[in-house]
Order: sequence, then C-alpha cells, then structure tokens
Amino acid sequence: MIFATSILFTNFWFSCTKDNLLNQNPTNILLNDQVWTDPSLAYSVLADLYDRVPEYQELQQYWNFADFDEAFPSNYGDYWRVQHQDYDYSSWNYWDYGYVRDINLFIQKCRESNLPHDDKSRFLAEARFLRANVYFELVKRMGGVPLLLDTMEYNFSGDASYLQHPRAKESEVYDFIINELDTAAQDLPKDPSIKSRATWGAALAMKCRAALYAGSIAKYGTTTPQVSLPGGEVGIPASLAGKYYRIALNSAEELIGSGEYGLYMKHPEDLSTNFADLFLDKNNNPEVIWAKDYKLKYRTTQFTVQNQPHSLTEEGAVSGFLNPSLNLVQSFEKLDNTFDTFATKDPATGKYILYDNINDIFKNRDARLSGTVILPGSQFKGRAVDIWAGYILPDGTIISGSSFGQSGILPGESNPSQVVGFDGPIDGLEHGTQTGFYIRKYLDPTPSAGQIGTGSDVWWIRYRYGEVLLNAAEASFELGILDSAAFFINQIRQRAGFTIPLTPAEITFDRIVHERKVELAFEGQELWDMKRWRLAHKVWNGENSDLTNQPGKSDAISTKMFGLWPYKIYDPGQPDNGKWVFKKVIPSVVTQPHRFRLGNYYSQIDPNILANNPKLIQNPNQ
Amino acid sequence: MGNVRKTLDLILVSVLPLFLLSCKKDNYSAPNIHLKGNIVYNGENINVSYNDVTFQLWEPGWGKLTPINVTVNQDGSYSALLFKGKYKLVFPPGAGPFIPEKDKNSGNDTIYIDLQTDMNLDINVTPYYLIKNSQFSFTSTDSTVHAKFKIQKIISDSLISQGVESVTLYISKTNWVDGRTSIASSTISGSSIVDTNNVSLSVRIPSMVPVQHYVFARIGLKITNIGKMIFSPIEEIDF
Repeated sequence: MIFATSILFTNFWFSCTKDNLLNQNPTNILLNDQVWTDPSLAYSVLADLYDRVPEYQELQQYWNFADFDEAFPSNYGDYWRVQHQDYDYSSWNYWDYGYVRDINLFIQKCRESNLPHDDKSRFLAEARFLRANVYFELVKRMGGVPLLLDTMEYNFSGDASYLQHPRAKESEVYDFIINELDTAAQDLPKDPSIKSRATWGAALAMKCRAALYAGSIAKYGTTTPQVSLPGGEVGIPASLAGKYYRIALNSAEELIGSGEYGLYMKHPEDLSTNFADLFLDKNNNPEVIWAKDYKLKYRTTQFTVQNQPHSLTEEGAVSGFLNPSLNLVQSFEKLDNTFDTFATKDPATGKYILYDNINDIFKNRDARLSGTVILPGSQFKGRAVDIWAGYILPDGTIISGSSFGQSGILPGESNPSQVVGFDGPIDGLEHGTQTGFYIRKYLDPTPSAGQIGTGSDVWWIRYRYGEVLLNAAEASFELGILDSAAFFINQIRQRAGFTIPLTPAEITFDRIVHERKVELAFEGQELWDMKRWRLAHKVWNGENSDLTNQPGKSDAISTKMFGLWPYKIYDPGQPDNGKWVFKKVIPSVVTQPHRFRLGNYYSQIDPNILANNPKLIQNPNQ
Repeated sequence: MGNVRKTLDLILVSVLPLFLLSCKKDNYSAPNIHLKGNIVYNGENINVSYNDVTFQLWEPGWGKLTPINVTVNQDGSYSALLFKGKYKLVFPPGAGPFIPEKDKNSGNDTIYIDLQTDMNLDINVTPYYLIKNSQFSFTSTDSTVHAKFKIQKIISDSLISQGVESVTLYISKTNWVDGRTSIASSTISGSSIVDTNNVSLSVRIPSMVPVQHYVFARIGLKITNIGKMIFSPIEEIDF
C-alpha cells in the first residue's frame, strides 16, 4: 500500500512541475497586453460597452410600454401596471457607476495604447460617445450626478472620503454631454450606412436631443418651482433655456442640412405600411441614425412573439401583450388637421351610430394610426385580423363569448356560429386585446419571427431622422421662429398623409406635444418628454377621470386606459343586419388611475448610495 | 465501534442544546413601543389625503442611515410601532400643506424624541390655509350634495403662500375621499371666489353600480405651487 502511494505521489510531483500545468494562459481572461495590441480584441471590449447601454422601454423590455397610457398589458402577471395609484419614487432610477468606470478605463487604456492610429481615434470617440450617452441616461432620470471622467483607485489607507464626490448641477451634466459629443463627433465616421455603431450623425442627433431636453427643463421647470434643489442638482435656470434651444436647433439644422439622412418613403402609395416598414426595413434605410441591432441565430427579440395578434400566432402560445389604448388611438387626427374622438353615439338621440364596415370609423385619419396600431378590419402578414366583441341585438342585448372565437346559438338559429372574434376583445382574457387594438409598430411579419425559438431580428431604433425634424420644430417654436417650426413639422406630417400644411400661426405648444406623441409612440420617448415639459403630474394626476374628449390638448388628463369595442348588429332580414356599432369601454382590469407625483420627476437615489457618500443629496419631494 | 457510537451520541446530545440556544440568540423581539398623535395647528387636526403626507424618523447610531417613514391618516392622526431609542422626527420639504414649526432658539424644525415608553405626541405645524365650518347637505329632488365652508388663510406672507389655486368638492363611494377615488367632483378656481368666508359648492351624485344609499363628501383646497392639498373632515351623507 505504501509503495503504491509513493508511486502515485511521485507521478503527481512530476506532472505538477511540468511547464504546461502551471504556466498555462487563462482561457477566460484577456490581459491588457493582449487587448491593447490587437484592434479586434479592443473592439470586442468596446462591443461589450455598447451592449450595456441602459434602456427602459425597448423591444427586449416591451412590458414597460404599458406603464403609462400608450398600451394596456394583456397579461395576468402585468395587470399590476394598471392597478397601482402611485409610481414608486425609486421608479426608473439608475446609478451604474460600474459601467461609467468601465468606459473611463477603456478611454484611459486606449489613450495609453499603441493601437494603429485610425482604430485608436475611432475607438476613443466611440467610448466618449457611450460615456456621453450614459450621463444622458443618468441626468434624464436622476438630475445632476457626480461627473466622474477619470478612473478612481482606492489607496487602502482606511479613509475613502477622497473618493466621495458631490452631485454636479443638472445643467453641468447637460453641458458635459453636449461638449463631449462635439468632441467625439470629430473622430466618428461620417457614414450614414453605419447604424449600430456611433457615427457623426448619431453624435449630432444625441446632442440635439440632449440640448432640447435641457432647454425644456429650463423653460417648463418654472411651472414646478418645487421640483428643484437649491444647489442646482435638480432644475436648470430659466435664463438658460434660449441657449439650449439654440444648440438643439443648430445641431438639428446641421444634420438636416448635411443630406446624410432623410425620411423613409419607400412606399408612398401606402403611407401606413410605409410608416410600419420604417421600423422593419434594414436595407438602405435613410432614416435610422443609431439602432440596437439584432441578428437571427445570434440574438433576437421576443417582441413579435409576445405581441402578435392572437389568431395569427405561429405556435399558438403567447400573443397580444401590448394593447394600444383608445387614449392613444383617438389622438391621431383627421386628415383635415382637426382632432376628434370616435363617433360612437349620435349626440342628439343618444343612439349608436351605424357603420357599414368595421373599419369605416377609422377612415380619413393620420396614416400613422394604421401604421402604429392594428385596427379591427385590418390585416397582418397578409391575413385578416378578427377583432370584434360580439353581436348586438336591436334591443341592445349582447351575445358574446368568453374564449377566443367562441361559438354560440344566435336567436332564431339552431346551429352555433362564431359570436366573438378570434382576436378578442374579451374582457379579462389575457393574451388577446382587451382594448380592441393590437400593436403594429415593430411587429415583424417575417415568417418565424413569431416563433419562440427563432424570434425577430428587427432592430430597436434609438435615433432617427424623423425625431430630429421634430426636435428642430420644437426648438424653432420655443425660439419664436414659427415659420421654421411649421416648415419642419409639415415634413413629418406630409409623410403621415396630411395634405394641408399647418401655418406658422397654427404651431402651438399643444401641436408640438401632440406631434411628438403620435410620431414617436412606442419608441421609449414618452416618459422623458412628459417629464421635461413638466406635464407628467398634470396628465397623470391620479384623478378618476373619464377619457378626454380633447385629444389634441397637451394637458388632457389620461390616468386610465380605455378601449373601443366593435359589435356586429344581428337583425336578420332587416337593413341594419351586419352593420357595426362601437362602444367605448374601460377594461375591468384597470382599477386605479395613474398618479405621477412631484417626487417622481427625479428618481429617488437608493439610500445605500446616500449612506456610502454623505456628499450626495437626495432628490426633492420624496 | 461501540465506543465511537457512544462518543457520537455524547457529541450530539451536547451539541443539540447549542442549536436551540443559537436560535434564541438570532431572534430579536418585536418593536413594542407606540408613538401616536396628530398633526395639529392650535390643537386642531390637519386633514390631509391618504398615503400622501409622511414624516421621517431617523435613529442615529447606526452605520447606515435610512429613515422610518410614518404616514399621516386622512384625519391628521398617525401611529408608529417602534423600538425604544432616541429618534429625530422631521418633515421632508413639501411633505404636507403646511410648514413645520421651528424651534425658537435653534431655528431647527427637527423634533427630538426620547422614546422609552408609549408616547402621545401631537406635532405642531402651520398650515397655509384651513377649511373651517364645513357643512354638507343633500337635496333629494336633484340628488345633489351641497357644501358650505369658510377658507381661513393662516400664512399671509405672499412669498411663502402664493394663494388658493382651486377648491373642489369630492364625493366617493367609500370613506377614502379625494380626486383618486371620487365618482364626481366640482371645482372652482381660487380667483373666482368672491367671499372666502362663505364658499359654496355642489355636485350631483351619479348613479352607482351596485346601488348604495350613501356617499362620502370632502372639500379639498389646492394651494398654488404647493404639491399637497388641505382638506375638510370627511362627512358621510345618507340618502
């Protein structure tokens, strides 16, 4: 036994001292020497930084679109989003200085490296672009934050107070973002065909948006003087509004004037499909400036899987998560530039208005409506959707079902027939619409995009030319240059099918807010826009209000989401048989009105962060 | 082997009680000291909206400082169940439709509490306005609730108090009454009020499903540029 053990021991001894075992290179760690001498490896580190760009509402986190009033979440586990009154003060907070540090480390090491000059300057510019972006994400949510541009090292002396930095002013962070993007833009490629990496165009578009945000916080912050901190960490002096709006307008005009980008107009004969395709078309898309891209087999999203109409699901599994609200749908104007709710009842008689076809009620509206929302009577993937709530008898009795496409016996019939749509709407039934609408924006009609295993490679567009036009219109309006404002806004509206341009005198704050709302629905802009205009606490004021009948008003209350349900008249042998009436409904799942409080304008900083750094001040009104 | 077994048993027997002891060491007793009271002005309760007005209790001496938040009820009362200790009570800025009282000497509005046994503590504040003498009535012919009340200005400094923005009569199905739960309300702007000693509001009770023969009424006053409203007491109206 001892002999065997000693032989084993000797073998171990020899193998331990062989060079291979103790001198192997790690296969899961890249060392600095390796990374900074090889551009592909440095690029892979940069790719990881791109991957960590913070998002709130996006294709991969589509459930967050149901947080306000754009869409109802038709999924049992998400009903809470329409059943809470208040938004937690910590909602939307973000404080990932680990990511900031990693970007700062990349910049520092890249500067010190001997990479080939072109790679080095481009990577540095991209990292600075990402750094400007993360500070933009921070200031949007938290207000002024510590502006850390160098890596910090702890000296293990026992006193870490030298590492504690106070919050910069909100305006200082915006100034940094603007200047950093200016610097980065000089070394970024001026190539509009590059969409997922930073470019000159992306830096300019981001600078434009940031300056616009700062300008509106300066201007509209005066309506909420309590939303401020004495040291300027929250709140921007009103006197700076003009300067920021001017920067926004100049950046927008520079990008527009460069001719590098343009509005997507590949299908002028069908403007609704054209608008929908803007988001799906990755071939020579002139409008997309910066996107988070996806690739089949490598990384896809489940957005189409989860949101496709119930009757058209490819696997019969999930569907119909985001149901656009009537609140949003009725916001799309009529083509004569007027606003109107949908006419369901005759105001004089109180009787239902009859429509020959199910989609007649939606006719003659902004082409973006049908491009953003799947309406009853429309198609998806070349097949008709089946959205109708049931039959209605002349005496008002409803005949419907509780499961998709259920059959029932109609009066006077002996055989059952379908009495409710295969796509709903059925109240309280998840995975089908409960508002009468399905989402169309970003929904991918490619075969297999609706299958869980395949998914969709549709990209998430962060910046596009259309938004730059809206920024230009808003900045012009705020600077009092109304004819420019009209000029820019009319380009967007023309693409939406409007033939009567707005006159400069018709450009009002309500118009600016409204145009942004309908053009950029479901693009992750709503919360930030409502915050910077200080409209959030007025529109989401917690009041148990009915749906507004003034959809063009910027401060119309919108605390609960409503729906519009089509019913088919059953009156065999009579002239009205088969015609349609509509009911405005509120899904029974919507039990509480949303209340956005003053303390929600700037998210609460986690108490642990405050405890670690006593120089930080908590956000106000919480 | 017999010896090993015996030793094992001995070890188990001697170690087992230690487990019981250590469980006891890990269990802390629950807080059992009550801190109760009202938010008052001259002894009169300040009526507020539910879940909206909170104050903070800070207990110094811990490594990390996080406050205990205490919410004030609609009728101005509050209660908290705490451990013995020294606490600092403070209203965050804008916590309610009032200004906390400042200590005459220090100018500080922190209240120092040494909580050793159950304590009743009324907290003095100065409200911007008070709704006084609120009277509610009901006319069955038109199913309408009528309210008459007086608006009393408490803080006159126009730099601090920027005036009445609006007054509203709310009616709700339960006794949680404000804009969030109201089934009907009637608002007038502050500028349209002619006589603040004699303000009237009325609102029609809508049909309720299921039918009920009572509602709860309340008057709320919104002060310009102040986030929290001040209210009258809630009154149940039977019909």
